[in-house]
Amino acid sequence: MLSIPEPQRTNEFNNMTSLLDVKNLKVHFHTRNGRVKAVDDVSFSVNAGETLAIVGESGSGKSVTCYSLLDLLPKPPAKIEGGTAMFDGEDLLTCSSERMRHFRGNDIAMIFQDPMTSLNPNLTIGEQLIEPLIYHPDKARRQSRNIAKCRAIELLKEVGILDAERRFKSYPHEFSGGMRQRVMIAMALINEPRLLICDEPTTALDVTIQAQILELIKKLQKSRNVAVIFISHDLGVVAGIADKILVMCNGLAMETGNADKIFYNTEDDYTKRLLNAIPEGAKTMVNRAQDKSLVEVSNLRTWFKDYSGSKVSIVKAVENASLTIKRGEILGLVGESGSGKSTLGRSILQLAPTTEGTVTFDGTQLTGMSNSQMVPWRRRMQMIFQDPYASLNPRMTVFETLAEPLLYHGLANKNNITEQVQSLMDDVGLARAQMRKYPHEFSGGQRQRIAIGRAIATKPELIIADEPVSALDVTIQAQILDLILDLVERHNLTMMFISHDLSVVRYISDRVLVMHHGILIEQGDTESLWANPKEPYTQNLLAAIPLADPVSERARMARI
Amino acid sequence: MFKFALGRLLQAVPVLLVVITMTFMLVHSAPGGPFSADKAVPAEVLEALEAQYNLNQPLWQQYFSYLGDVVQGDMGPSFKYPGRSVNELILSGLGTTAELGLYAMLVAIFIGIIAGVTASMRPNTIQDYVPMTAAMIGICMPSFLLGPLLVLVFGIHLEWLPVSGWDQIPGDKVLPAITLGTGYAAYIARLSRGGMLEVLSQDYIRTARAKGLSEFLIIGKHALRGGLIPVVAFLGPAFAGLLGGSFVVETIFQIPGLGRFYVQAAFNRDYTMILGTTVFFATLIILFNLLSDMLAIWINPKLRQQVRGNA
Repeated sequence: MLSIPEPQRTNEFNNMTSLLDVKNLKVHFHTRNGRVKAVDDVSFSVNAGETLAIVGESGSGKSVTCYSLLDLLPKPPAKIEGGTAMFDGEDLLTCSSERMRHFRGNDIAMIFQDPMTSLNPNLTIGEQLIEPLIYHPDKARRQSRNIAKCRAIELLKEVGILDAERRFKSYPHEFSGGMRQRVMIAMALINEPRLLICDEPTTALDVTIQAQILELIKKLQKSRNVAVIFISHDLGVVAGIADKILVMCNGLAMETGNADKIFYNTEDDYTKRLLNAIPEGAKTMVNRAQDKSLVEVSNLRTWFKDYSGSKVSIVKAVENASLTIKRGEILGLVGESGSGKSTLGRSILQLAPTTEGTVTFDGTQLTGMSNSQMVPWRRRMQMIFQDPYASLNPRMTVFETLAEPLLYHGLANKNNITEQVQSLMDDVGLARAQMRKYPHEFSGGQRQRIAIGRAIATKPELIIADEPVSALDVTIQAQILDLILDLVERHNLTMMFISHDLSVVRYISDRVLVMHHGILIEQGDTESLWANPKEPYTQNLLAAIPLADPVSERARMARI
Repeated sequence: MFKFALGRLLQAVPVLLVVITMTFMLVHSAPGGPFSADKAVPAEVLEALEAQYNLNQPLWQQYFSYLGDVVQGDMGPSFKYPGRSVNELILSGLGTTAELGLYAMLVAIFIGIIAGVTASMRPNTIQDYVPMTAAMIGICMPSFLLGPLLVLVFGIHLEWLPVSGWDQIPGDKVLPAITLGTGYAAYIARLSRGGMLEVLSQDYIRTARAKGLSEFLIIGKHALRGGLIPVVAFLGPAFAGLLGGSFVVETIFQIPGLGRFYVQAAFNRDYTMILGTTVFFATLIILFNLLSDMLAIWINPKLRQQVRGNA
C-alpha cells in the first residue's frame, strides 16, 4: 500500500493548543412529544490547519452539533443543556449575542448543504459577498464598498469563477449548483476565518462537481492554514480530506480517531456497519438476463419547450435514444443531474410526451397510444420514485395505497383484498400490523418499502426505478437495494435502475447505460464498463467517485 | 417592462367591454327608471325627457351610442344632476376621495407592515400575539362601527380631533384616514407576518446570520424583499378597494367625495352615472393591479430579467 507523507497532519487529540475544544456538549429539543436528545455528551477538538470530519446518518446530531457552536439553532425548541465550546479561550455557548456576531463570519465561517437555497435570490452575489466586510461587527475592520469589491473579485477568481468582474453583478439563479457552492466558499473565506464549518457541502452536487469542490476546499485550507469541520453522511467523501473523524449516531459520539484508524482499524460496531453499507467493488455476477427482449426503444426523442429563459427555447431532454431491455435483467442508467435520465425512464413508460421514435413493449408499440389504450399496459409496467416522502399520498393509509392498484386493475376483489395486501406487506418486509397507518408514521426506508410494494402490487413485468435510494441513509440504502434484488429474483422482474450514484448502479445492475446531455454515450456489462470505460466522459465520471479508502483518496488529492 | 405593461393594457379592453355590457344590461333590467318618481309626471313631459336623453331609442341603439361616447372619453350627461356631465361629477369628487384613499393607504402600509414584521420576529410569543390579536379585531370591526367609536373617543370625549368635515379644520383628515385604513392595515399585518415567517425560515437567512450580520440587516435587507411579496400583490386591489369603498367613511365624516355619487346613482336609476362610476372603478382596479404586478416583478430579479428579455 502506498503511503503519502503528510507533514502538517497532526494525530494528537488532546492537544493543549487546539483552536476549538468542545467538551460534553448537550443539545436537547423540547418538542410537543417530549424531549429529544439531539446531541448528548459529545466532545471533540480541532487544531489550526486540521480537518475534522463529523460523519453520521440523518438524525445523528452532526449538523445540530455545529449549528449550536454558532448559535444558529432555533430556540426554542432547541436548548443547550450543558458543555463548553472553547474557541481561542472563549466559550461559544455562553457568550453574548453581540460577541457571537464577532465570531460569526469573522473567526468561524460556515458553508451549507444546498447552494440552491443558501444564497439570497433577491440580491446580487457581489452584494452578498461583500456584506461580511462592509458590515463587519468590528468597526475598525469595516471596509469601504470599493475595497470590499476588489477583495471579493479576487476571491471569486481564486475559487474558480471565470469572468469574475462581470459575474460580481449576477444573481444566484444565473449560476449552476457547483458555481453557487464556489460563491458560498468565497463568501465564507472573505474575512479569513480560522475555522471553516462545512455542512454537507457536496451532497446536493453531482459526483464530478463534488470532486472539484472537495479539491477546492482542500486547496484553500492548505494555503490559509484554516481549520475545517466537515460534516457528511458519506464516509467516502471524507476519506481524502479528513485528518480526524468523529462518528455520530442518535446524538451520541460513537467513535473518534484519526482517519486511518476509523477506516482500517475500527473497533466500533456502528462504524463497521457504516463502512460495510457502502456499496463498493465488484460483485459475483449471476446472469439473469434472458435472450428475449422486453422493451425496445429506437431513436427516441423527447423535447420540451422551455419558457423560463428570455426566449422560448427547446430542451432536448432525450436525443435519439436507442436501447433494449432484456427480460430478467437489471439495466442501470447513470448520468448527472440534467442528463435526461429520468425523462428517458418516463418516456419509456409513456409518462412523458415523446417527440419522435418508438417504444415497443413485449412486441407492441406503445408510442402513439391514447391514455385509455395504455391502461392494460400500465399494469405490466410500474415505476418507483425517488422521494418516498413526496410520492406517497399523505392522506391514504398503507392499506389504501397498496389496495388501489389491485382493485383498479381487477386483480383483487373486496373479499380477498386484505389477504393480498398482507402478502404484499410481507413481500417488502413491513409488519402486517402497520397496514392501517399513514405514511408520516413511517421512516424514510419504510416508506420506500411501501412505494416498492405499490409498484409490485400489479405483478408487473417491468419496473423503472428512478433514484429509489438516493434520499436514504447509507445503511437503509443497503437494505433497500437488497430488497430490490430479492424481489427481482423472486418475481422474475425486469428493471431499469436510474441513479446518479455510480457505486449503487454498479452494485445492483447487470448492464449499464451512461447518459450525458440527453444522449446515451456508452453502454456495456457493468464490470467490463468499470474496468475499461471507453468514452472520456465515462472515464471522468468513474474517476470522480470518492472511495472509502483514505490512502488512495489522499494520493488522488496530492496529484492535483 | 413597457411591452409587458402594454400587453396587459390590451388585455384590459375586453374586460372593460364585458363590464360595460353587463352593467348596462343590469341597470336597464332593474325596475323603474330615472324619471319614475313618487310624484306622477305628465306623459308628455316624460316623453320629452326620454327623448332628450335618447331613452326612447331601442336598447341596442342606446348601447352602441353609449359605447361610442365612452370610447371618446365621454360618459354622457347625468340624469339626476341636470346640466352636469358624469365626467364633471366624477372629477369633482375624485380629488377628495383619492386624497382620503392615499392617507388611508399610508396608514395601512405603515401600521400593517410594522405590526406584521414585529409579530414575525418572535412567533408564538407575546410580541406576536398582541399585534395579531389587534389585527383580528381590525378585520372584524366594520368602519361604520369604528368611525363613530373613534369620533366618540377622540372627537367628543377627549376633544383632540374634529368630528367631521374635510379640509376645514386642521386635523380633520386624521380620523377618516384611520377609519378607512384600519381594516386594510389589519389585513396587511397578517399578510406580511405570513410572508416574513416563510422567508425567515429560508436557508439564506441562516446564511446571513452565519455571516455575522445584525438582526436589523437580516430583517431589513435580506428578508423584507421576499417577505413583502404577498403585500405587494395585495396593494393593487387594496387601493382600488379603498377608493371604491370610501362611501361609508365619507358619509360618517361628511366628506364630499366620490362615494356618495356611486350609491345615490344606484338609488336614483341614474343610468349614465351608474355606468360611469362602474367603468371608472373597473379601470382603476385594472390599473392598480397592473402597477402592483409591475412592482412584484421589479422586486424579483429572476422575473425582472425574464420580462426584460421578452421585451
